[in-house]
Amino acid sequence: MNTKVGRFQLFTTDHRRIAVRYLVLGLVAVVIGTLLSLVMRIHRVWPAVAFPFYGTLRPEDYLAVVTMHGTLMVFFVLTVVPQSAFPNLVLPGQIGAEQMAFPRLNAAAFWVTTASLVVLLAAFFAPQGAPISGWTSYPPLSAIAAAGPGQGTGMDLWLWSIALFCLAAIASSTNLLVTIVACRCRGMSWGRLPLTVWSWLVSSALTVLAFSVLLAAAALLLADRHLGTSYFLPSGEVVNGLVMRSGKGSPMLWLHLFWFFGHPEVYISILPGMGLASSLLANFTRRPVPGYRLMVGATILIGVLGLGVWGHHIFVSGMNPYAGTAFGLTTLAIAVPSSAEVLTWIGMLFRGRLQPTTPMLFALGFLSFFIAGGLTGPILAQPALDSYLHNTFFVVAHFHLVMAMAGVFSVFAGIYYWYPLLTGRRMNERLGQVHFWVSLVAAYGTFFPMHLAGLAGEPRHYAQLSGPVASFANLIPVERGITFSALLLATAQIVFLINVAWSARRGSPAGENPWRATTLEWSPFPHPIARGQAYSYGGSAERDFSPQWQETGAGPVFEGLKKAPSPSD
Amino acid sequence: MNWLPPNGELHGITMDAMLRWNLAAVFWMFILAQILLVVALLRRKPATDKRTKASSRRAFLFAWLLPLLAISGLYARMAISSRRLWAARREAPASSRPVEVEVTGVQFQWYFRYPGADGIFGTTRAALVNAPAGNPLGLDPRDPHSRDDIVSSLLVLPVEQTVEIRLHSRDVIHGFFIPGMRLKQDAIPGMTAQVRFTPVVTGEYPILCSQVCGLGHARMQAHLRVVSQREYRDWLAVREHARLAAESPGPGESQP
Ligand code: HEM
Ligand SMILES: [Cu+2]
Ligand SMILES: [Cu+2]
Repeated sequence: MNTKVGRFQLFTTDHRRIAVRYLVLGLVAVVIGTLLSLVMRIHRVWPAVAFPFYGTLRPEDYLAVVTMHGTLMVFFVLTVVPQSAFPNLVLPGQIGAEQMAFPRLNAAAFWVTTASLVVLLAAFFAPQGAPISGWTSYPPLSAIAAAGPGQGTGMDLWLWSIALFCLAAIASSTNLLVTIVACRCRGMSWGRLPLTVWSWLVSSALTVLAFSVLLAAAALLLADRHLGTSYFLPSGEVVNGLVMRSGKGSPMLWLHLFWFFGHPEVYISILPGMGLASSLLANFTRRPVPGYRLMVGATILIGVLGLGVWGHHIFVSGMNPYAGTAFGLTTLAIAVPSSAEVLTWIGMLFRGRLQPTTPMLFALGFLSFFIAGGLTGPILAQPALDSYLHNTFFVVAHFHLVMAMAGVFSVFAGIYYWYPLLTGRRMNERLGQVHFWVSLVAAYGTFFPMHLAGLAGEPRHYAQLSGPVASFANLIPVERGITFSALLLATAQIVFLINVAWSARRGSPAGENPWRATTLEWSPFPHPIARGQAYSYGGSAERDFSPQWQETGAGPVFEGLKKAPSPSD
Repeated sequence: MNWLPPNGELHGITMDAMLRWNLAAVFWMFILAQILLVVALLRRKPATDKRTKASSRRAFLFAWLLPLLAISGLYARMAISSRRLWAARREAPASSRPVEVEVTGVQFQWYFRYPGADGIFGTTRAALVNAPAGNPLGLDPRDPHSRDDIVSSLLVLPVEQTVEIRLHSRDVIHGFFIPGMRLKQDAIPGMTAQVRFTPVVTGEYPILCSQVCGLGHARMQAHLRVVSQREYRDWLAVREHARLAAESPGPGESQP
């Protein structure tokens, strides 16, 4: 509980210190990623604006910026924080383990992730700049250096960065899997695991499977680029006036491999947030999670079905139309367990009295965005409708709500909630509330109107709307509103940063177990034993919870805390 | 919902109607859910727990199971209706002989090729591609079927006749997107995609590229002009004439 982050050790294997480093890494990535998104938003509305240290944007610059924004956000923010930083911070605590199963592998994974970020950012300084083929890097654009600026050295750096990231993600998730399976403390049976741990179990399994495939795909693409193979290149390619060597490959192979990774990736970044939402809703309504087993079942079902829906990203890419129908069905099927979880959460809100603390508000925000973005999923799952909406701003709206905003809000919920573990202090409530409400309104203001642009048919990846599509001119007021909202959204995050810095010194002392939580990361004992369910909230008004480390029915909480854990259980 | 561009395609009418009820359904579900969140936040209720077995069973049934079944029913309904439309658009065989046009995407242009009087597309070769010399698609002059092929950068189609597009790309992946025809299909190098549609309203429709393809992606646009059958025949006849009257039998590009 009082393990504050002390003296700096470069190669520490302490999981909490590693967690802090992952948080810093995520912060660097999110700051750069957000600034890039503002560059795009400003350029779309005022194309003539000259940016400091750079000047005006060329069309290829816009594409480089989208690519780097997407890559930073997906990998280095919404994979690193929920899937690496948070488990390092609390997973051993929640299962009562002293250490991770493989502390050194875990530490190595952090440094490989850092190297991966450095390599990615180096692409900005490559001779022709960063790659322009988007975060999905479809070949042949990504396979042939002559296909565009940034597709030479920049693209190579991107691929090496992704390969390193895959290695780190596989290593770190293997460590998590083994830790969950093998290092649980006495009494921590499967039925007593907090739902966050169940989420990490499923998301780690997905990470190992999905990132292995992405690693293979990246290796094949590097081979196509440098070893003369043609996994992704067909014959008869003419690029930039040059006839390319002939091959027997197909870009379709990349599309399948990439999205076999890409869809589970969405769940990797959102499942931990779903587990956290369940925990926070239980804590801040002081009621247990109803249907614990159903929630576990839904989480596992989402993970399993999530491996079989990737085709919904490539309905119109020349896949057999029957395959499109099949992938549409699996996608609508996965919406059922997701809806079940949402219904459970809404039900939980109406059981006890809700305590509107900052972490709770962010959990509500998560829920709000998860619903808002999730509801357009079944629309996009229908090949007949997606064949109009695919790659328009409707999709940009969908994934920024369901993945980006839901993901970021759950990250904020986690930070506000677990902050006392690191500093012994709470974050300032008033600043937290301001941060929440401004972010909520600005996020809706940014991403909701994008649906309208998408319905109008406005494609993604367009720096400018000129030529025949100047017919989108009536969208200019909408576009302008989106940009103002995005600026407000980014500005609101300054309140958060101030709060983090200020509260570390001046925040009110949290004491032990400030949220009166039940799960073991808040246990005052170094070697706890799990003695009860994860969410034993409720009961009498003066004693409305019984922590997992406490013997059930052992009188008032604070007496129980002083008792040494009995060796027998 | 008036955000959609005007529709000019036969199945587009069904698609618009479907999209409309889909959006309405999820919009009201969204509003309902957000109202519940706000109510939960504002609600003040003493924190006592007086639940009985029966009341929690009732809550499970009415607040969880029945809504979940209703939502699943909605998803099933979506799956069925969209399945019908998808089958009609992408799987059904052509009812009559369609107009055939070959569409080729290259960085950063769309080219439209009509087979000419013989109704057969001639051979093309990558090595012969030479846009400045008027042969952007690499038509092989030795193939008699190529001689009458018409290459255009404007897509002209007759109204009320089914068109079959054979979609290619010569370099990178492009996305062939005609919002007004509610049609989108990727052009993948090494593959030919066949898609059909039936314009039912004359007029001009923008054609865009919907798959990022390089620095000129956003300006990779063209026009579809849907005209009466008569105008279409005239348009073709003029171009065929020019093509055959050309001095050398080498292929040339006719600009609209
Ligand atoms: C301040 C908040 C954000 C704003 C204003 C913003 C804005 C944008 C914009 C304008 C685009 C480009 C659309 C286009 O022209 O194609 C984009 C793309 C994208 N964004 Fe964000 N974004 C934000 C946060 C995030 C977050 C947190 C994520 C994390 C998942 C994210 C993931 C992506 C992805 C994956 C793409 C697609 C990139 C690609 O196509 O290569 N964004 N965003
Ligand atoms: Cu997906
Ligand atoms: Cu293109």
